[in-house]
Amino acid sequence: MNTSLSWIKAYVPDLNVTAQEYADAMTLSGTKVEGYERLDADLDKIVVGQIDKIEKHPDADKLIICQVNVGTGIVQIVTGAPNVKEGDKVPVVLDGGRVAGGHEPGSRVEGGVKIKKGKLRGVESFGMMCSIEELGSDKDMYPESPEYGIYIFKDDVEVGTSAVEALGLDDVVFEYEVTSNRVDCFSVIGIAREAAATFRKEFHPPVVTETGNDENASDYIKVTVKDTDLCPRYCARVVKNIKIGPSPKWMQRRLASVGIRPINNLVDITNYVMEEYGQPMHAYDLDTIAGHEIIVRRAEKDEKFVTLDGQERQMDDSVLMICDGEKSVGIAGIMGGENSMITDNVHTMLFEAACFDGTNIRKSSKKVGLRTDASGKFEKGLDPNNAEAAINRACQLVEEMGAGEVVGGIVDVYGKKKEPVRVPFDAGEINALLGTDISEEDMLSYFKMIGLEYDEAANEVIAPAFRHDLFRLADLAEEVARFYGYDNIPTTLPKGEATTGKLSFKLRIEQTARDIAEFCGFSQGMNYSFESPKVFDKLLLPAESPLRNAVEIMNPLGEDYSIMRTISLNGMLNSLATNYNRRNKNVRLYELGNIYLPKSLPLTELPEERMQFTLGMYGDGDFFSMKGVIEEFFEKVGLRGKESYDPNAGKPFLHPGRQANIIYGKDTVGYLGEVHPDVADSYGIGGRAYVAVIDMPKIVDLATFDRKYAGLAKFPAVNRDISMVMKKDILAGQVEEIIAKKGGAYLESYSLFDIYEGSQIKEGYKSIAYSIVFRAKDKTLSDMEVTEAMERILKALEAMGIELRK
Amino acid sequence: MKERLQGIRDEALKAIEAADMPDKLNDVRVKFLGKKGELTAVLKGMKDVAAEDRPKVGQMVNETRAAIESLLEESKKKMERAIRAEKLKQEVIDVTLPSKKNMVGHRHPNTIALEEVERIFVGMGYEVVEGPEVEYDLYNFEKLNIPADHPAKDEQDTFYINKDIVLRTQTSPVQARVMEQGKLPIRMIAPGRVFRSDEVDATHSPSFHQIEGLVIDKNISFADLKGTLEVFAKELFGPDTKTKFRPHHFPFTEPSAEVDVSCFKCGGKGCRFCKGSGWIEILGCGMVHPHVLEMCGIDPDTYTGFAFGVGLERIALLKYEIDDMRLLYENDIRFLKQF
Repeated sequence: MNTSLSWIKAYVPDLNVTAQEYADAMTLSGTKVEGYERLDADLDKIVVGQIDKIEKHPDADKLIICQVNVGTGIVQIVTGAPNVKEGDKVPVVLDGGRVAGGHEPGSRVEGGVKIKKGKLRGVESFGMMCSIEELGSDKDMYPESPEYGIYIFKDDVEVGTSAVEALGLDDVVFEYEVTSNRVDCFSVIGIAREAAATFRKEFHPPVVTETGNDENASDYIKVTVKDTDLCPRYCARVVKNIKIGPSPKWMQRRLASVGIRPINNLVDITNYVMEEYGQPMHAYDLDTIAGHEIIVRRAEKDEKFVTLDGQERQMDDSVLMICDGEKSVGIAGIMGGENSMITDNVHTMLFEAACFDGTNIRKSSKKVGLRTDASGKFEKGLDPNNAEAAINRACQLVEEMGAGEVVGGIVDVYGKKKEPVRVPFDAGEINALLGTDISEEDMLSYFKMIGLEYDEAANEVIAPAFRHDLFRLADLAEEVARFYGYDNIPTTLPKGEATTGKLSFKLRIEQTARDIAEFCGFSQGMNYSFESPKVFDKLLLPAESPLRNAVEIMNPLGEDYSIMRTISLNGMLNSLATNYNRRNKNVRLYELGNIYLPKSLPLTELPEERMQFTLGMYGDGDFFSMKGVIEEFFEKVGLRGKESYDPNAGKPFLHPGRQANIIYGKDTVGYLGEVHPDVADSYGIGGRAYVAVIDMPKIVDLATFDRKYAGLAKFPAVNRDISMVMKKDILAGQVEEIIAKKGGAYLESYSLFDIYEGSQIKEGYKSIAYSIVFRAKDKTLSDMEVTEAMERILKALEAMGIELRK
Repeated sequence: MKERLQGIRDEALKAIEAADMPDKLNDVRVKFLGKKGELTAVLKGMKDVAAEDRPKVGQMVNETRAAIESLLEESKKKMERAIRAEKLKQEVIDVTLPSKKNMVGHRHPNTIALEEVERIFVGMGYEVVEGPEVEYDLYNFEKLNIPADHPAKDEQDTFYINKDIVLRTQTSPVQARVMEQGKLPIRMIAPGRVFRSDEVDATHSPSFHQIEGLVIDKNISFADLKGTLEVFAKELFGPDTKTKFRPHHFPFTEPSAEVDVSCFKCGGKGCRFCKGSGWIEILGCGMVHPHVLEMCGIDPDTYTGFAFGVGLERIALLKYEIDDMRLLYENDIRFLKQF
């Protein structure tokens, strides 16, 4: 929504503020000013001049020398403009002045162009006569200006006065962000009402007088509203003996200030009233309306209709149409039809000001694929009472401007009248809600400023129909707060019962995951929750994989963002690839983000959201580095020493010989492995990459931050090393399982210190060596006790076909 | 005898002074104090001394021994000090050579900003809670006073799974979920991922994060909301930060406000960063709409409350002066390493 300052001042005549003061104060009272533009920001020293004499330039065919009276004297100006003659009054920028740009449309220069005296082909020139473009506007907004050349004033301006003022460019245009609850502020009057209240000035809305001749509109037109649900009110008036012509300068200037191009008196009046009252209007050529009858009804199924822009458009039976006795003549609230539009030959005109259902207009506008100024206003849901006021205002302007003869009376189809809402008033409660101490008297004075009445007997505030955002005390409190000033409300902190600030256990585990990942060199990435269904093929998931059952978005941004991820790897692999492509070395990333697993498809309840701790890396490090990170994490969240790894993880996207499920106790809590080279290739990651995924809900179930001090060892440890030869397919994990199981109560720890395959060992076998530590808490172990334990271990190993290397 | 001992003492002194290495000192020790040393020889000659003189001579020998030993000790220490000093001299390193770093990862700027916000509110007694990202229309819209056909529900902004389930467009549904549980008073923040149907560009992302705040108690006022957010702004952006509350409209709060903070780059004078205004918009807030309270089973005549919502990315972008939102989701390690 835009308005110029001068237009606001037309209704708030005492308003005397700078543009900045206006913008600041309006913003603080709730009508947010997004920005403003001073139309004369780049215009300086520009006066109305009159050309006294024109001579040819002695040395240039295309130049002329003008003697121009600028009020303070005669100045000589050389110009190449073809359209000036002696006696013309023109805008003249004097030596040292400034214009907004060149004379081509749209050639504005930031900060403007300085004009200095100079010589053109040897003849001195002390200024410049200006085109409308040089003054920062264009022919669209000043239709009287010539196609090309200097702007020429009508004779009614005085020589020597400001040309900027004469052109109405001494104005400021404000752009507002109007919130959806304040439909009334999508009108100049609405904004002006707020401005008057904000600055505590008197508000003078237009006074609409009775208009029309002795005839009655109902003799000219009959209106039937069939679908009253979509059209609560339809007002029609008639104007005959129309005289099309330009609208007056003041109206053109106001329309231009908000970016509307002046066309002719009738079009300008409808546009003007739409801006002024916020009520879109439409004008039909009454002679094209069959049977002089208007019927408002839903469109036929598959109806086609040509709008006044000449486009054929497709309707469906939810779109509301304006029809006559035979045919459709307009899409209600969106655009009129070509078949009934006003032409230069119009004699009698039908004015329409109606109220349509906002939601329907919004949906229809989308269906038809046409959004207009009118539909933009209607879709906000207008006040039906405003329609009558607006149509009468339009007829008043028609009479004032002599654009035609207004027929008396109005055809008004208004079903259930919208009544003002009454809200019980309680100053004490308003103060309690705001934390203020504002007197009842002040509150009532604020209400009065914005057109809210107070019924003292009932102690109720009556909200006018144009305010459909006021229903209860909290709404009134906002009105009080706005005009008392949000700034003036004190600042306090909530009192009352103390509460414990805390993170949930889950969030604390996630925090630990971040800490550990970062200690281990992994940086945190973030990926989208939605991705392409092609991901499944990219990850080589088989057709029957349950991971392919993903939640689909009905209206995605595109296929690439159309399903909710069921696996967190794609984002990680993409991120690794991005880094690889950018030649970043040694990249380690982690992510904490949800996957979304539907309980059934199509979705009837919310999918399960499972937080995944995903790690990925390439460069330095290998499978076992990744494994180390997982174990560090497990240890930190109290999962100690019970994890094992099952190489039969069955992940198609991982290297078949380098992958494992991570098992804790009996639960599979995640997996890790080297990315399958085929997958790495399709993502564009060169070299080996490793990933791990931990299913956090399982970790949260198992985790604990409880710790018990176990005491420091007081007695010496006994160390035994064993070296074994075994078949290659026996896993170190199996050996460790035996050591752990058979080691007995004194077993403290064991660690692998050597692994060897090669010429010393027979084909298909490997050698592994462990260092095993025994210790008792309460005594020094005897050699026999240790030997017994070792023998148990060795016996079990031998049973697996493992032989001891002597 | 006395002369002889003095002689030994002088000789020993000379020898100690002449010694330039610790092993030479040892030679001196052996020569004078050893089993076959000169002083021992004197002791061995005690049998020739008259019995009444023996204690006196013995004392003299002991004194001489003590004197020599102390000289030896002193000289040894001196020598060791000199040797250590020499060694230290040899061990000088160039401290400007490059360091040996451990590879340490970096936290995402969003998370750093989030943890900062959490720290502030946890300190004020707020609990951090979470809610589902795929959410019922009921919670995302209806219970927040956004009825069917409200323009805010437009498909242009909301990703729909079906007519009842959406990707939440805000963290506000967590408000409704927590209020419904009926445990009062409430002081909570709810950070999390939200989704809007915006094409990706420098200032938009279809997926971003918000932090919702909610306080419900008896006698909570708009003044409390102002005070709370003022504390928050000062903690987050520095003690000199000023806040400005502007009226605004949200369906689930009344009265509502948008909050600007004084530009932390120019201090409010106006710069390119704040587009010359001196202020930066950071959040929306308001008093919880009484109808929202009613829908969640809380009596608006007894309880009031306030709510606010902050864009996490907005804070991260502002605080760390990141000029393109896409960087937050590219995961380029060179970007992440800067935080």
